[in-house]
Amino acid sequence: MEKRGLNKVDLIFEKIDAKEVLTKVFKMSPEKIIQQVLDSGLKGRGGAGFPTGLKWKYTAAVKESEKYIVCNADEGEPGTFKDREILDKVAYKVYGGMVIAGKAIGAKKGIVYLRGEYRFMLPQLMIELESFHKLIKQIGFEFKINYCLGSGAYICGEESALFESVEGGRGEPRNKPPYPTTSGVFNKPTAINNVETLVTAMMIITHGPESYSHLGTKDSRGSKVFSVSGDTPTPGIFELELGMSVQEFVNEFGDGDTKAVQVGGASGFCVPRKKFGSTIIGFEGVPTGGSMKLFNSSRSMYNVLHNYLDFFAEESCGQCTPCRVGCQQLLKGVQKVKKGEVKTTYLNELIKLADTMKVASKCGLGQSVGNAFRTIVENFREEIIY
Amino acid sequence: MISLSINHQKISVQPGTTVLDAARKLKINIPTLCNHPDLCVAGNCRVCVVEQTGARTLIAACAMPVAEGMDIHTNTLKVRNARKHIVELLLSEHRSDCTKCYKNQKCELQALANEFAFGDTIFLDLIEDHQYTIDRSSPSFMKDDSKCIHCQRCVRTCTELQYISAIAVANKGAHQKISSFHDRPMSHVVCTNCGQCVNRCPTGALVEKTYIDQVWDAIYDKEKHVVVQTAPAVRVALGEDLGYNPGERVTGKMVTALRQLGFDSILDTDFTADLTIMEEGTELLTRLKKILVDGDKKLSLPMFTSCSPGWIKFIEHKYPEFLSNLSTCKSPQQMFGALAKTFYASKMKLDPSKIVSVSIMPCTAKKYEADRPEMRSSGYKDIDFVLTTRELAVMIKQAGIDFRNLESSHYDSIMGDSTGAAVIFGATGGVMEAALRTAYEIVTGREVPFANLNITPVRGMEGVKEATIKIEGCTNDWKFLEGVELKVAIAHGLVNANKIMRQVRKGKSPYHFVEIMACPGGCIGGGGQPIPTSMEIRKNRMKAIYSEDEHMVLRKSHENPDVIAIYKEFLGNPNSHASHELLHTHYVERESY
Repeated sequence: MEKRGLNKVDLIFEKIDAKEVLTKVFKMSPEKIIQQVLDSGLKGRGGAGFPTGLKWKYTAAVKESEKYIVCNADEGEPGTFKDREILDKVAYKVYGGMVIAGKAIGAKKGIVYLRGEYRFMLPQLMIELESFHKLIKQIGFEFKINYCLGSGAYICGEESALFESVEGGRGEPRNKPPYPTTSGVFNKPTAINNVETLVTAMMIITHGPESYSHLGTKDSRGSKVFSVSGDTPTPGIFELELGMSVQEFVNEFGDGDTKAVQVGGASGFCVPRKKFGSTIIGFEGVPTGGSMKLFNSSRSMYNVLHNYLDFFAEESCGQCTPCRVGCQQLLKGVQKVKKGEVKTTYLNELIKLADTMKVASKCGLGQSVGNAFRTIVENFREEIIY
Repeated sequence: MISLSINHQKISVQPGTTVLDAARKLKINIPTLCNHPDLCVAGNCRVCVVEQTGARTLIAACAMPVAEGMDIHTNTLKVRNARKHIVELLLSEHRSDCTKCYKNQKCELQALANEFAFGDTIFLDLIEDHQYTIDRSSPSFMKDDSKCIHCQRCVRTCTELQYISAIAVANKGAHQKISSFHDRPMSHVVCTNCGQCVNRCPTGALVEKTYIDQVWDAIYDKEKHVVVQTAPAVRVALGEDLGYNPGERVTGKMVTALRQLGFDSILDTDFTADLTIMEEGTELLTRLKKILVDGDKKLSLPMFTSCSPGWIKFIEHKYPEFLSNLSTCKSPQQMFGALAKTFYASKMKLDPSKIVSVSIMPCTAKKYEADRPEMRSSGYKDIDFVLTTRELAVMIKQAGIDFRNLESSHYDSIMGDSTGAAVIFGATGGVMEAALRTAYEIVTGREVPFANLNITPVRGMEGVKEATIKIEGCTNDWKFLEGVELKVAIAHGLVNANKIMRQVRKGKSPYHFVEIMACPGGCIGGGGQPIPTSMEIRKNRMKAIYSEDEHMVLRKSHENPDVIAIYKEFLGNPNSHASHELLHTHYVERESY
């Protein structure tokens, strides 16, 4: 196991000269841009971790005059608030990443899908967008970015539900294939990337792929912005090199009484104290879109689980059976176990149900409900029952 | 071609084929629920999940296109466990009052439960956590959300086939439901009552409103004389609910069964279908004359048929500015109703207040139509009860009739005779064909110039059909039509009706006469027909309709002796004052939301 320890990094929020970087990009071939991103080993920062370079390569390969870059700013995972900070501080780098991606795949149109609750940021973001449009026009880019606002549904962060939402439909995930690379928003080839991914791509182009891939581990290259919350004396946004263990993380951010860390939000994994040392934060261990929530011994893990399940029962789009009904069953099931209205062994049935949801749900939402459920129930069974 | 393996059997199929269809080619059955051959792929029930070697998750067979080298397994432990869970989950949100349910033994969820979920219930009952009310507001159907399993077949039907979207998905998560505009009752939204959703609902969430008990009460009431009429499309589909294959005609047995059920007069809607042709054909020719010769600016073309009450409500809601283009003819059902309590009553010396008029229809919108306030020209409610083909099958079963071994018999006289032109009303293009057979002959004195009277260009399943017929050799009265190329169009399914109407609204419609039926395939594919209905089944029923026509001695409406007689004795001429009193109606502009 590669161990890197906890190292703070300043890349995402680093001030750069966008004009200089984008002028360089303007002269680069799409192939070269894609190769640099591939070489960097960057994986999507939204949580799923699909290699960004590969996504761009596939989208670039599709012969079609109209393509889209979509920036997924529908930051809805409970405990994640890093995209807000990024948009607040360095929106120009988000736009820059979109232009770079556009150049790479041959797209002239970009859409930022902004979380409905971030509507208050829009006036400022538009001002910055206007000056950014002027800048790239000077350089010679033909690229136009538009904003699209969500309405508060968690599911619209799922890429195909996001496309449906942009198109004016209900936010319901589509069947895949076809994948966004061939048929995304408006059924056109689309590269959809998280806010942080786009900024990271710009930084890779700025500093070169080597210096980036030097950071992190084999499976988790580079650094990542973490949203730290919960029982911690220092909540906030921190950019850290990937590859640290949960223990190292807790040493830095814990309050001395940390009993569990929820890595990756409601759809992520719960790591109990006994596994802190053996769990790496990253794709080789527990992946995260950035949400790190610490719980100390004053917290009831039943309440934590109940909270997550309540959230999912509410935020499932309701389209597919395993997710729509499964979330309700898990929620009602743990309630009944707690009240002693069903046998405690009913938890075993619920774990099997969570496994079915993982393999049979239509999209990532339903597939990941089981992560938190399983890890909390398995590690804190007594707190669920008593 | 794409090669793949399913359960170790190799197969090559066209690109774009789904795993489900490939498996079906190998005769491997994969259970489905949200899938319907008439509708787009949804992939949301997940009952059809199968295992693909190397894939992280199970895949939905209905939504997954085949790929080279795929290795699919449809019956692994993983698949079986998931399927059982999925069916159990659906059952946990479904009010399973199966023994009392109208869809008992015809329910697709019940069939799946029988295969995958017998024995102890795994999951908790979720019904008690929700508040459900049954929407009984429509005269045609009922909507019971407590039985809904969210497959969205109804939603896709209403949008894709009917261009109405009376029902749509609302809310998310545990609160997701199939709802109407602002959650209004179905009687107060833009709904045509076509019943296509009812026909596709896999459970008892959407069912027709049944009037079986009321009809039994009337039959048992010695004071009452119960008249029954049967629509053309019923005879080619009723058998399906009684153990016959799609497309087997059961006309004679149906008549005998109706007699055994205790109806007092067994009559035929086909009679008034022939009458409709006389009235509507005359109306069309008169309209053409007024426009072409008299230069009447108040009238316009095309003229639309008015037999389909779903279509009538569609145009009333969506294109009310063209209501004057509709033929004023009532539908055959309502013409029949008006005559049953007037002409028939006097001929049979019956007190019309003692007549109960029942119609057997392939349609749920007919239930609504019978309730329209315009439909009381006899001084009574012209049609008292409308039953669907399915409800008649239920009555036949209730009465313990051995349908298969019944002798055939004939309709009663006076309003029981009909021609082949009337029976084809049941298929898309049929009204047009029947009208052309008669109108052409009125105008030229000769039969339509098609072999064996079969006007093939207006037949078939294409969504919008068109034909041009050159009128030549007109008799003196119709000289103004000499050389005119009569342009006609036929649309079925309201999504196709909408295509015609858009063209009309743009002022670019080239047609003189347009036949529109609300349901795909026409009445043979009506919302009240046996379930399932699919393209293949509709085609079989259509074949049966045309074969019924070919087997008739008389195949032109104007040759129907009962029709000739009724004009002589009662109505005078087509479009006479008496016909206008009884056989014609008017329409109402309705709100479009």
